[in-house]
Amino acid sequence: MKFISIDKNDWTKGIDKSREKYQLFGPVKDENGCLIKKLDPDVQPDMGFHESIMSAKSVIFPQTEKILNTSLDESIENHHIMQRAKTDYSPRAVLGIRPYDAKAMELVRLNFDTKEFKDPYWCDAYEATVFVGLGITKPGPFDFSTSVGTGPFCEEGLDILLADLDDTYLAKILSPKGEAYAAACGFDVMADEKESQALFDILRKEAEKNITSSVEIDKLKGQTILELHEADFWDDVAFACINCGTCTYVCPTCWCFDIQDETKQKQATRFRNWDTCMSPLFTRHATGHNPRGTKVQRVRQRFMHKLKYFLDKYDQGIMCVGCGRCVKSCPVNIDIREVCNMMNAYEKQD
Amino acid sequence: MENPYIPYPVRIDDIEIATEDKSLKTFKFVFLNKEDEEKFSYQAGQFAELSIPGVGEIPIGIASSPVEKGFVKFTVFRTGVVTSYLHNMKVGDIMGIRGPLGNWYPWDKLENKNVVIIGGGFAFTTLRSSIVYMLDPGNRSKFKNIDVVYGARSPGMLLYREELFEWEKRSDINMHITVDGTDDPNWKYHKGFVPQIVEQNAPKADEDTYAIICGPPIMIKFTQPSLAKLGYREHQIIMSLENRMKCGIGMCGRCNIGKELVCKDGPVFTLEQINQTPKEY
Amino acid sequence: MDTCIEKIRELSADLLEKGEVEKVIGFAKGTIPMATSPIAVKTKQDVDKLVFNSTCGLNLANYVSKGKGKIAVIAKGCDARNIVTHIVENQIQREQIYIIGVPCTGMVDKHKIAALFEDEIIEFSEDGDTLTVSSLLNTQTLKKYDYLKGNCLYCTHKNPVLYDVLARDLVEEQKLDNLFPDVDRIEALDEEAKWQHFENLTKNCIRCYACRNACPLCYCPTCFVDESSPQWVGKGQNKTDVNTFHFLRAFHCAGRCTDCGACVEACPMGINVRDFTRKLNKDSLELFGWEAGLDVTKRPPLDTYRPEDPDDFIK
Repeated sequence: MKFISIDKNDWTKGIDKSREKYQLFGPVKDENGCLIKKLDPDVQPDMGFHESIMSAKSVIFPQTEKILNTSLDESIENHHIMQRAKTDYSPRAVLGIRPYDAKAMELVRLNFDTKEFKDPYWCDAYEATVFVGLGITKPGPFDFSTSVGTGPFCEEGLDILLADLDDTYLAKILSPKGEAYAAACGFDVMADEKESQALFDILRKEAEKNITSSVEIDKLKGQTILELHEADFWDDVAFACINCGTCTYVCPTCWCFDIQDETKQKQATRFRNWDTCMSPLFTRHATGHNPRGTKVQRVRQRFMHKLKYFLDKYDQGIMCVGCGRCVKSCPVNIDIREVCNMMNAYEKQD
Repeated sequence: MENPYIPYPVRIDDIEIATEDKSLKTFKFVFLNKEDEEKFSYQAGQFAELSIPGVGEIPIGIASSPVEKGFVKFTVFRTGVVTSYLHNMKVGDIMGIRGPLGNWYPWDKLENKNVVIIGGGFAFTTLRSSIVYMLDPGNRSKFKNIDVVYGARSPGMLLYREELFEWEKRSDINMHITVDGTDDPNWKYHKGFVPQIVEQNAPKADEDTYAIICGPPIMIKFTQPSLAKLGYREHQIIMSLENRMKCGIGMCGRCNIGKELVCKDGPVFTLEQINQTPKEY
Repeated sequence: MDTCIEKIRELSADLLEKGEVEKVIGFAKGTIPMATSPIAVKTKQDVDKLVFNSTCGLNLANYVSKGKGKIAVIAKGCDARNIVTHIVENQIQREQIYIIGVPCTGMVDKHKIAALFEDEIIEFSEDGDTLTVSSLLNTQTLKKYDYLKGNCLYCTHKNPVLYDVLARDLVEEQKLDNLFPDVDRIEALDEEAKWQHFENLTKNCIRCYACRNACPLCYCPTCFVDESSPQWVGKGQNKTDVNTFHFLRAFHCAGRCTDCGACVEACPMGINVRDFTRKLNKDSLELFGWEAGLDVTKRPPLDTYRPEDPDDFIK
C-alpha cells in the first residue's frame, strides 16, 4: 500500500494543479451551513469542516438530472425519438468526503449497478469520480457509524484516505484512481508503509473510541418482515412526522427518484429528480388508489426499507451508514436510532 | 450495456376502441427499426413502459402474444395524464416503448399441467397474451386442460370479444365467459360475478393444476376463497400485481413492497410469496 | 417557563383521566440538544413525557385535524391564533378542541445558536433567561433574548387569544412602533438587490417541503406543486420552479399567516422562509387592518369584500 505525506502548505497548490484534469467538489460553508458543492476555480474545500448538512450523493446522483431529450418538431429528423441527453462525466474528484458517505456509495451501487440493468448515468458518474476521503478524528455526537458496519476511518468506497496530522495530511492510496489523482496534484513525498499503516491504525482506534452514539442491529435479520410490519409502535413513531422529504434528501443511502417529462416549445426533455417515499403521492395510482395513503404506512415504509427490507434483499447490512444527518435535520426529531433499537428489541406478543 | 431508459421508437399502426364506453383502447405498435423488435422478444405476462416524449411513461401489460410477429399490442385504460394523451393520439404518430420488463408467468412450471385462467375487467391483457400463446399449434400440446373464466360488468365491457367467442367454439379450451349483468336477451354465456363462476365451473385443484389470476383487487379478494374451496393451495395460485411505477427497471424504488420490486421481482408472484409481503398494493 | 410544565401535566392528566379528551397534543423531550418532538399523549401515565421550554418552536395547530373525537392542544400565542384560523376555515369545530393556553416568552433560534459553534452542540440548558450551550470545543452562556426566533422578536400576541384554561399567568405584550423593520429593509433595496436577495434565499432549497408541511395553514389535500392535471410547477431544481413554489405558497398564506416561524424552524437548510410571507403580513395590516387568527367570528380579508376596501390599485 502506498502512503504519501502532504505538507499542508502544498495542499492548495496541489489540488489547484489537479484542476487541469479534474473538476473538484468539496465541502463549502455558506450562511446556511456546510454543503458539498462543485468548487469554482477560486474556491477551496473547507477541510476543517465538521458535518455537512447534505451528503455527497449529489456528486454522483444530482437532485435534478437530464436523462433523455428529443425534438417534437415533426420537420426535424428523429423527432419524437428520445436519445440520451448530453452529460458531463469528465473526471472529477470529491475532496474531504466522509468515509461513511463513501461506504454509502457502495450500498447505493447495489441498486444502480445490477446484473440485469445498469443505470448509465449513475454508473458513468461513479466511474468518473475519485473519492478522496478525510478520516474523522473527532466524530460528532450523532455519528453512530461504527455500530452499522462502517466507521470514521473506514476505507470502503474510497480511492484515497487522508488523515489530518495538523501540519500534514497522510494519504493512504487505495486504488489506481487514487494514485492517478495524487499524481495529478503532484503529491509525491512517499511515507514509510509500515509506520504509516501503524499510524492509521492508532488514529482509527482513537476515533472509534470517540464515537458516543450507537444502535443495536443484531436481531433484525432474524425477525420476519411481517412481524416487524405489524408491530404496535408504528403509530407512536409516526405521530410527529410531517411527511416532508428532509430525512430522505439528506440521507446518503436514499436513492428513490421520480421521472418527469418537461417541454419547452418544441423540445421535450425527460428529467429525473430525487423523490421521497414520505410524499403522499409516492405510491398513488392514477386511479386514485394509494397503497400507502396514510402517514403511518409511509413512516413505517421508510424504516422498514432501511433497516429490514434492504438487509433481507441484499444481505450487505442495513441501508444506513450512521451519519446522523436525518437525526439532526428532522424538523420533528424522529430519531432513527430510537426506531432501530425499538425494531431490534421487538418481540411479537401472542 | 444499453441504456435501459431509452425507448425503442415505434409507430402507432392501429387503434381500436376496446370497450363500449370508450374508456379502453387497444393500440397496435410497429417498431421503426426491425432489430428493435428482436431485442424486444418477450414472454406472456410481461409488461412494457409506453413512452410519450414530453408527456411521460406508463407501465402496461403486453396484450399481444410472443407468437404474434411484426407488432405489439397494448390495451390502455384512460385515467391520467399520459393515458389521456395516448387516447388522443392518431395512427402514424411516433412514440416509444421500453421493455420487455418484469417477470412472466412461469411457463416452464406450467408445462404438462392444467391451467386455469381467471380474469376480470381490463386486467385481461396479459391473460390474452397467455391464451394465444398456449393455443398456438406449436405450444398447445405442452399443456393439458385449459379453462378460462373471464368476466366484466357488461358484454360491451369485455375485452377482445371477437376472439373470446372464437375460443369458445374450440374444443381444446373451456371458456366461461360471464358478465355481472345484461339486458341482452341473446346473451348465451354466464351471468354472475367472477368468484361465483369460478366456484361453479373451475376444475378442482390437484397436484397438476395451476391458476393464473389477474383482476381488480376486489375481484381477487373474493375469488381467493372460491379457489380455496376448490382445493387450490397458495403455491398453485399465480397472480400479477399492479403498482405505481416510474423506471420499470428496479431502480427508482417507487414500486417497492417489502423486499420485492414489483417491476423487477414481479409483477408475477405466487400467492405464497404475496402472503409473506406487507399488504401495500 | 419551568413552572408551567407541572401545570400542563396536571391539566392534561386531569383531562385524560376524566375521559374529556382522547389525547393531548404537546411536546416531548427530544433525543438531541435543543430539540423537542410533537407527541400525542393518550393516558394519564404518559403525561410525564410532556415538556415545555424555549425550544418548542413548532406549531402544534399543524396536528389538529378533522377527527371525530375531542382533543386537547398545548397552545402558545401563535398556535392559538392558528387554531382560530382552523375554526374560521372549517378545519375543526370549536367544541372538538380543548385549548391549554401557554402565554409565551419566546422560543430560541436554533440555527443562530448553532452558528456560534464550529462543531456540534452536545448540551443545551436554560435557567430563566440564561442559556448554557456546549459543544466539545466550547461552552457559551447566552442571554435568551439575544437569540430569540425572528418571529418572536416582533411578536405582539404572546398570550393565547383563545383558550379553555391557562397553564400560567398572562405575560405582558410588547408595544412596538414598527412591527416590520425586516420587511422595510428589503423594501428599501433597489430592484436588482431585491431580486438577488430572493435568489440567494432559495439557492440551497432542496424542495423537501418541510416548510409547507410544518405550516398549519397548508392543509390542502393536494398542494398546487403536486397537481398533475394540469401540472402547474416543475418538480426539479430549476430556479424558476423553486421560486414559484415559495412565492406562490406565500401568497396562499397571505392574510392567514400568524408568523409562527414553524417554516423557518423546520427548514433543514436554515432558509429564512419568512422573508416570503412577512411582506404579505405587512400589506394585510396596512391595507386591511388585519392580523390573522385573532377572532373566531371574522373572516380573512382575501375571503371577504367590504365597500371601503382599498381600490386605488384598480386602474
